[in-house]
Amino acid sequence: MNIEIITPDKELFKGEATLIQLPGIDGLFEILENHAPLISALQKGKVKLKDTHEQEQFFDIRGGVVEVLHNKVLVLAE
Amino acid sequence: MANLKEIRIRIASVQSTQKITGAMKMVSAAKLRRAQTAIINLRPYSNKLNEILKNLSSSADEMENMPLFQQRKEANIAIVVISSNRGLCGSFNTNVFKKVEHILQTEYAQQAANGNVQLYCIGKKAKEQLIKNHEITWFNETLLDTSAFDEIADLGEQLMQDFINKKIDSVRIVYNKFINPATQELVSEDFLPIQNIKNESESTQTNDYIFEPSKDTILCELIPKILKLQLYKTLLDSIASEHGARMTAMHKATDNANEILKELKLKYNNARQSSITNELIEIVSGAEALNN
Repeated sequence: MNIEIITPDKELFKGEATLIQLPGIDGLFEILENHAPLISALQKGKVKLKDTHEQEQFFDIRGGVVEVLHNKVLVLAE
Repeated sequence: MANLKEIRIRIASVQSTQKITGAMKMVSAAKLRRAQTAIINLRPYSNKLNEILKNLSSSADEMENMPLFQQRKEANIAIVVISSNRGLCGSFNTNVFKKVEHILQTEYAQQAANGNVQLYCIGKKAKEQLIKNHEITWFNETLLDTSAFDEIADLGEQLMQDFINKKIDSVRIVYNKFINPATQELVSEDFLPIQNIKNESESTQTNDYIFEPSKDTILCELIPKILKLQLYKTLLDSIASEHGARMTAMHKATDNANEILKELKLKYNNARQSSITNELIEIVSGAEALNN
């Protein structure tokens, strides 16, 4: 699935990944391929994603929103 | 003629001034380009955020009940003033101060008399000018150089907290809006309470989103984010305007220097000519005297 993580000043990540873990307001959750459309608020924490080479990457965010639609994940981080 | 040397010195000094203004213009042009890119980079983020908001705001009526929308009697007000750290940018700063003074003397005269106005200043110039007659609550000068989202977000959060806790009833922002490199528009915008969140077109495609945790919670999270973003946008706008204003001012200064140089050169040549004529007359009349 296609993932984009953007902040107001810059783009943190753009590309393909197989898994993304997000710090939701009610706790961590993961999104895999073919997830249903979702909008969720995020809190301060770490975003973990596994790219196509099974490499893990981490990003710190202060909060944000995530939108999942048609295998496209957009994280508006802060 | 001693005049000749004086004029030569003046020409040299005008020329070096012109070099400085020319260089400053180039620097501002480069900085302006950077500031403009920052504004453009922000666009996808704000577009997407508004789109998500649109998807959420079917429950728009409930939105009106949120604390940040509350209209109250304006007993305590806050004004955010965005100026620059450095001068030499035309009327960029003075316009801002005039506007602030105007607001304080007309609309909020009573609050100002009671000392219920808080001033939040960004930029050295605003502090230097406004501290003469008013008290300054909060001041920051590094924001203009770093344009860091985190710092301005903290200010936004503080303003929202104070608003919710009823310490302030209304927040205004006075800044220069960027129209194009040569034009800035001075605006004073209402920041809080939120007047209206643009919601022109009804969401066309209705995707069956899962809302996690709930629609209202997300909305409560989203609105402060949009406000912070708005504050950030105004900051970037003001920075771009500053560089634009400085560029125009320096361009004009360079042109003026050219004009002065032209005049001085004319004067210099006149003086040179008349000194040569004088010398010739002396020689000729000396020779005449010998002949006689």
